[in-house]
Amino acid sequence: MAGIAKHYGGVHALQDVDFACRRHSIHAVLGENGAGKSTLIKIAAGVVRPDSGAMRLAGEEVRFATPPEAMRKGIVCVFQELSLVPDLSVADNIFITQPPGKWGFIDRRRQRRRAEALLARVGCEDIDPLERARNLPLSRRQLVELATALARDPKVLILDEATSALTARDVDAVFRILRELRDEGLAILYISHRMTEIEAIADTCSVFRNGRHIETFPQADRSRDEIVHMMIGREISQVYPPKPKEPTNGTPSLEIENLTWQDRLRDISLTAAPGEIVGLGGLDGQGQRELLLALFGALRGVRGTVRIGGRRARIASPAQAKAPRNGIAMIPEDRKTEGLMLPMSVRENLTIAGLSKMMRHVVIDGRREGARVDELVERLNIRIGNVRDAVASLSGGNQQKVVIAKWLVTEARILLLMDPTRGIDVGTKQELYGLMRQLADEGATILFYTSDYDELVGMCDRVFILYQGAVQHVFAGDEISERNIVRASLNLALNEAQEDAAG
Amino acid sequence: MSGLLLHLRQNYGAVLAITIFVILFAVYLVLHPRGPTVYVMTTAGNTGAALAFVAMGQTLPVLTGGLDLSIGSILALCNALASEVVNGSPERVALGVVLVLLTGLACGLINGIVVVYGRIQPIIATLASGAVYTGLALLIRPIPGGEIDEALSEAMTYETFGVVPTSLLLIVAVVVLIWVPFKNSVLGRGVYAAGSSEVAAYMSGVQVDRSKLAAYALAGLFAAIGGLFLGFQTFSGDALIGVPYTLNSIAAVVIGGTSLYGGIGGVIGSIFGAYILRTINGVMFFAGAPPLAQPLFEGIILLGAVALAAMRVVRIRNRLEVMD
Repeated sequence: MAGIAKHYGGVHALQDVDFACRRHSIHAVLGENGAGKSTLIKIAAGVVRPDSGAMRLAGEEVRFATPPEAMRKGIVCVFQELSLVPDLSVADNIFITQPPGKWGFIDRRRQRRRAEALLARVGCEDIDPLERARNLPLSRRQLVELATALARDPKVLILDEATSALTARDVDAVFRILRELRDEGLAILYISHRMTEIEAIADTCSVFRNGRHIETFPQADRSRDEIVHMMIGREISQVYPPKPKEPTNGTPSLEIENLTWQDRLRDISLTAAPGEIVGLGGLDGQGQRELLLALFGALRGVRGTVRIGGRRARIASPAQAKAPRNGIAMIPEDRKTEGLMLPMSVRENLTIAGLSKMMRHVVIDGRREGARVDELVERLNIRIGNVRDAVASLSGGNQQKVVIAKWLVTEARILLLMDPTRGIDVGTKQELYGLMRQLADEGATILFYTSDYDELVGMCDRVFILYQGAVQHVFAGDEISERNIVRASLNLALNEAQEDAAG
Repeated sequence: MSGLLLHLRQNYGAVLAITIFVILFAVYLVLHPRGPTVYVMTTAGNTGAALAFVAMGQTLPVLTGGLDLSIGSILALCNALASEVVNGSPERVALGVVLVLLTGLACGLINGIVVVYGRIQPIIATLASGAVYTGLALLIRPIPGGEIDEALSEAMTYETFGVVPTSLLLIVAVVVLIWVPFKNSVLGRGVYAAGSSEVAAYMSGVQVDRSKLAAYALAGLFAAIGGLFLGFQTFSGDALIGVPYTLNSIAAVVIGGTSLYGGIGGVIGSIFGAYILRTINGVMFFAGAPPLAQPLFEGIILLGAVALAAMRVVRIRNRLEVMD
């Protein structure tokens, strides 16, 4: 790949990237969340097209418009998000794109035999190929994904966090297969946040940062600390509002004890005071989202206790969470499906959560609603043509402002923010930072999950690092540094840097 | 953009329905041998009123993203019930009317409960409940007949002050007294929110369940008013009168600019949608189309009208996808 660039809106996901991987090699790609790893893979797999640059496969220039084209050339991906069709059988899933057979009819018996062979290869002899994919446990499904990839006869195999759901024993099995494949001549791209796995399997490493390819080196050539350093060092920095000098020591407004949900949240305890911005950090998908959803009453079967203002709170639904006695607000992650009702007007979206505050008897008081809307539009500087326009017509940043403004109406005291700045331009981000700090200064308690470590450092008074559904580390004050956060997120010992330096 | 223009643009569907209706009705008046007289207006008003009420009712479940296939059966059940209880002394008549309306409301509420708490798809839930309501209607009135208070019926199907068709006043009254307050209530806003994005509505703390229950219950109430009005027209009841109303109500809703995906539209468009359907019949009749060919022409015109209304839905869909 040479000179690859890709940007989404004003955000450069990849800038002028040159990247190569060889046959007979297992090549690890490292980088923070949003460093450009995923984009690189998506381009290689034909999911997105680069804005510029060229790709060569075995010396021949290639250009993929769709994933099937890339697949026919032998580039096969196994993604972190599982892509099996739940209601089809395992065998149907494995051969979903090119089932054995003639004239468009599927030879079921041959399909079944070949599925059995492939399953045996990935160490899943015990799976019946006729079982439905939805009935398999998560770790087995991930292995079936691998079998699916092998069925496509890959030349380049890309694994994106493909071991995240596997147990240690399964990981060993996968590694054995990967080594075999490497010896057969495949090029394998391996993306993982687990440093120990990379040390165990990769022979070459590449580090990405801010959409740039920083360096490629043989795996054993760099210490962990050097790699972490390479992943962090950044040129641009956001401007954040100043943090309060005095740490707030008020009585906690939110106390969580031993919160547990399925196997995604494990014994999480946390307290937060009014005026405090508490960050939730760690790698993507370590339970941060589930924690916020659990607090907002959107998950069923949550165990543990939650106290709000010292009083035990029962939160079984978002409607209860937002009730004045709890006063919780949630800025969800996916604003297009969870945050907004796109066909409805800006005005209706702004007031949907706080209608109870603008009633005249049983009917909504149009004049009060209008006045409140005008006030919010001005306070958040939302740029719109008319408050009666559909919210779908706004830009991403302005849509996000609507999502946040909606909760200002309810005068919530506890704000749960789930990656609120994702996909938003820098200017709007800074407005949101200012607003967050202002709300905290007015006495709100803010729980802030973000995949951008820089934001954790810049915005938060304390940071909880989650790892596999449990609190791994808590940082406060000067301990909140990007280096500490990255190390804790990767589950590396914090004092190892000195050891590395000494050794 | 001025407020009026914006309003027109956002209610494109309803505006289109009103325009089509005005043109069709003008043609109808030209063709009608008696021309624009009070008598002709009253007849036209009466002919479309029952369907207009049912279409108003159908609008609500559709706005939530659902559908009510039992609405014709509720109309028939209420019509059959009315032929038993809406007669006798004035007190009995009044009580009977209340009883009929409550029955419709209860039927709708049952639909809502099955859809919301039973978590059954609206199409299947209401298909089944519709069969139940038809069965009940047949028990009450196995063969068409019965009696409905004549004085009340005449008052409702003639004119008020000698010039205004009472049926139209009745529709306006229902809109002003039921629809407008409902639309401006938290429940009503929730109906639109549930149809726009149920997840976003839920995550905003909207009581989605209550709004859906209210939508189906009101649909039953509107169907009851329709059944009652049919009774006023015929002075009698018929348990099987509802069959064509279900599908025609859906057609009227779509012609009236309400999106079958939910979240967009309103009952005003549906009322005009209903009258468009009825006026098509009238135009065909006076234009001298052979009676056997009427369904053919009716179908073609219906397809055209629905296609015109759907163009808007398609456009909005594409715009959203482009914005992703």
